[in-house]
Amino acid sequence: MNYHWNWHIFFETDPGGTGTYLDMLLSGLWLTIETAICAWIIALILGSLVGVLRTLPSKAASWFSFAYIEFFRNMPLLVQLFLWFFVLPELLPRTLGLWLKQMPHAPFYTAAVGIGLFMSARVAVQLAAGIGSLPRGQKMAGTALGLTTAQVYRYVLLPMAFRIVLPPLTSEFLSTIKNTSVAITIGLIELTGAARSMQEFSFQVFEAFTAATAIYLVINLIVVVAMRLLERGVAVPGYITGK
Amino acid sequence: MFSNFDFDVIRRSLAYLFFDGMTFTLTLTGLSAFGGLVFGTLIALMRLSGYRLLGRIAGLYVDLMRSLPLVLVIFWFYFLVPYLGQWLTGASRPIRVGAFASSFITFTMFEAAYFSEIMRAGIQSISKGQPAAAYALGLNYRQTMRYVVLPQAFRNMLPVLLTQTIVLFQDTSLVYVLSIPDFLGAASKVAQRDGRLVEMYLFAALVYFLISCFASFGVRRLQTRIAIVR
Amino acid sequence: MKRLHMIGLALAAVVLSGQAGAQEPKEHELTGTLKKVKETGVITIGFRDSSIPFSYLDDNQKPIGFAIDICTKIVDAVKNELKLDKLAVEFNPVTSSTRIPLLANGTIDLECGSTTNNAERLKQVAFTNTHFLTATRFVSKKASNINSIDDLKGKTVVSTAGTTNIKQLTEANAARNLNINIVPAKEHAESFLMVETDRAVAVVLDDILLASFVAGSKDPDAYVMSKDAFSKPEPYGIMLRKDDPAFKKVADAATAALFSSSEGQKLYDKWFMQKIPPKGLNLNAPISPELKANFAKPSDSPEPDSYKAM
Repeated sequence: MNYHWNWHIFFETDPGGTGTYLDMLLSGLWLTIETAICAWIIALILGSLVGVLRTLPSKAASWFSFAYIEFFRNMPLLVQLFLWFFVLPELLPRTLGLWLKQMPHAPFYTAAVGIGLFMSARVAVQLAAGIGSLPRGQKMAGTALGLTTAQVYRYVLLPMAFRIVLPPLTSEFLSTIKNTSVAITIGLIELTGAARSMQEFSFQVFEAFTAATAIYLVINLIVVVAMRLLERGVAVPGYITGK
Repeated sequence: MFSNFDFDVIRRSLAYLFFDGMTFTLTLTGLSAFGGLVFGTLIALMRLSGYRLLGRIAGLYVDLMRSLPLVLVIFWFYFLVPYLGQWLTGASRPIRVGAFASSFITFTMFEAAYFSEIMRAGIQSISKGQPAAAYALGLNYRQTMRYVVLPQAFRNMLPVLLTQTIVLFQDTSLVYVLSIPDFLGAASKVAQRDGRLVEMYLFAALVYFLISCFASFGVRRLQTRIAIVR
Repeated sequence: MKRLHMIGLALAAVVLSGQAGAQEPKEHELTGTLKKVKETGVITIGFRDSSIPFSYLDDNQKPIGFAIDICTKIVDAVKNELKLDKLAVEFNPVTSSTRIPLLANGTIDLECGSTTNNAERLKQVAFTNTHFLTATRFVSKKASNINSIDDLKGKTVVSTAGTTNIKQLTEANAARNLNINIVPAKEHAESFLMVETDRAVAVVLDDILLASFVAGSKDPDAYVMSKDAFSKPEPYGIMLRKDDPAFKKVADAATAALFSSSEGQKLYDKWFMQKIPPKGLNLNAPISPELKANFAKPSDSPEPDSYKAM
């Protein structure tokens, strides 16, 4: 019961004949990056909106954002992806459902939207906390100067709030990258899926997963360093996040 | 719209879903949370100890677990643990580890990294006066930790720890990738066998939602009740 | 002196009792799986969720099937070989993509399902005598009007991850330049479901499995099986660990005895010619001449060409 090591497996051609196993992993990596970035953009836009809503004085906005956040936080991501991928097309009128099901790259779009929505709830929570941590005087001063609520948020609150929550947002972005792996259940062959395919075709379990692990660690490192540079770049001197 | 859906399939499979699936999920969550907490506290103590090497090892472990997707870690442990067991015990063949044991080890090791960060924050939030007073009274390191620092840290971080446990409860659904029969896996099996995807997945989503919702509300109430006024 | 006598007697007693106990393989110690089973008292069978009628779950979520029955016979043979009073049998679920790693790492001791025996897999595992022959085909809805493999050009086709079927589909896709969007599913039931819900136009699997799914579906007449095959009829075998000749010998003997006796034909009829649980389906698949010849003279060869009718 010994395991046969074969580190040269990366340079052997895969059964699809389209390249080596290393190419398979790299195309999986590319899909991971694409999905993560698309999901993150959706998460940022929607999350910021809902986060701002959470801090508005209006009761209705507050309740809506509370419900939104609770909905997406209390269901596992896997279950949410299943709802979008398997349940939604069945509930829509037949032609619309069929179009959704037969769309090329359906797993990619579903994963991007599903993960984006899931992460948007977490971004909303972070942003609401960030806005809440600002001194109350900021908002009052803005109103005193004659700015409307929208202008107060745009020019006074949000710029500082985003700088404050940049570190937690970094870890949320890393979470997004890691969460793309859940999409293998709906057929997206991203990096973890590619490693699994490699394991299935070549039977070299440990080589495949070691490569995937190494690649994830490298991505992690790159993102952390890039975010740290970004933090330093946008820091306001003299403020909490500034140096 | 709902005319050709057969919601009766839920009623027919309730016993299987809850007795087999949900017990697996809840048992896994409970045991892994406990194991993860114990192991995580150990790692937190290692990081906060004065010894640089211990701290480095612990730090590397936490960074590693936090950079990897849980799905990948699940694959690793499912295929790897028997060989690890063989290497650790010097046996002549890989140790047989069943699906539940493998999942338990995976989630304990994975969540330990997250629990350790929480406990580390908790321990660091205790004022330095506490361990100082303990040492002044003649307690050694172990006694200080066991009777003075850890109880307070644990109590302070209880809401965060419970929230992380709720996250763990949701994460257990990922054992689906190995066709291990947890609650979602059970729902999925029934769904695919009978072709009733909509009914079963909606039901599973509802159950997860209700359990997590109640648990979160419970944690929030606990938070207000045990909050220590400083 | 008396002490030495006692020690000598004790040693002799131990040695003699050791001899008495080691009746099984007299020449050498137990190795491999037999050793593991003897030491742990447990043998673990890997079963499938939805490989009807070879290995699947019935209404009570218990594994049943043609291959499961064959494995039960192998387990009985192991029990006799090791002269055990009790042998606990555990069942562990496997999928097409986890079966080989789980066999290699000891989670299961034999895999009873619909695993194709081929030369490439023989580098990692071993197979016992062939219990079925099947070719890779595809099933699509009649309404899609797909009659040959080339008609799949540019379409979305599903197969189960980790099977020879998906490998053959991938190779054919590259060789014939068909630009097919290949979707891997986790289990056979999921693959068929994708065609049922119109996510994919065709599902590529072993023809016997396809026939079972079509027969058990809500509307069997809506589907058609392709006449084109991706491969010649290939053999199924129960999978065992590699480099374990003692266990393979026991398994080979048990399967050969089963197949060449009348019990083998009865077992085949039970799963292929009669109503099977849970829905009382009758596959009505008479034994092929090649398989009949194989039953008369059991072989574990991976070569499809070696299976000829009598």
